[in-house]
Amino acid sequence: MLRLQQAAFDPGAETTGFVARAGAAGAVVTFMGLVRDTGGTLACMEIEHYPGMTERAVAAMMDQARARWHLTAALVIHRHGRLNPGEAIMMVACAALHRAEAFAAAEFLMDYLKSRAPFWKKEIGVGGAEWVAARDADEAALGRW
Amino acid sequence: MIDVLYFAWVRERIGVPRERVATTAATVAGLVAELVAREERYALAFSDLAGLRVALDQELASFDAPLAGVREVAFFPPMTGG
Repeated sequence: MLRLQQAAFDPGAETTGFVARAGAAGAVVTFMGLVRDTGGTLACMEIEHYPGMTERAVAAMMDQARARWHLTAALVIHRHGRLNPGEAIMMVACAALHRAEAFAAAEFLMDYLKSRAPFWKKEIGVGGAEWVAARDADEAALGRW
Repeated sequence: MIDVLYFAWVRERIGVPRERVATTAATVAGLVAELVAREERYALAFSDLAGLRVALDQELASFDAPLAGVREVAFFPPMTGG
């Protein structure tokens, strides 16, 4: 399941709901990405995305994850719009029979979300605004899959 | 006519999020060359193709990909999701 939204989400409630839908899982891994609080230099972050392609790209990577690992449930929540330092940007949850599969699928989804889902982050700082540059390490991380 | 979409700093440099473009280009690179020849703002946005990505009908593609049958082309910098 994919949810794209501007509004903040409640990680605890999302986790509880996910576990309730996770079926015969023996392991649930959740990951959250936050807007880094840089110690007062960042005013907020703006996240732009490509409506339509975002849904397709994330659905494709979730299909790949389900084909690779036996998942009883998978969830991606990703926000867009304006976020404040410390706020959760996104969350991934994977449920499987055993923890190795849940961890691997969550890492796989994170690596692909970083570099293959059409989101772009802009940091609005006290001294100006700047688009976040993609990191070579994030692109290289796809090589391990 | 095809829809051309721009995201992030590509959108900011070109000044619009999307536009309808009449093109005779056979490939993405051909379309880029047509746009660059139009106005300086396009030349500025497309000055370094290695730093850009392109999607055709919402699927990542390469700059030498053919445009035949394509309805929507999008240009954007490398993605920074997650």
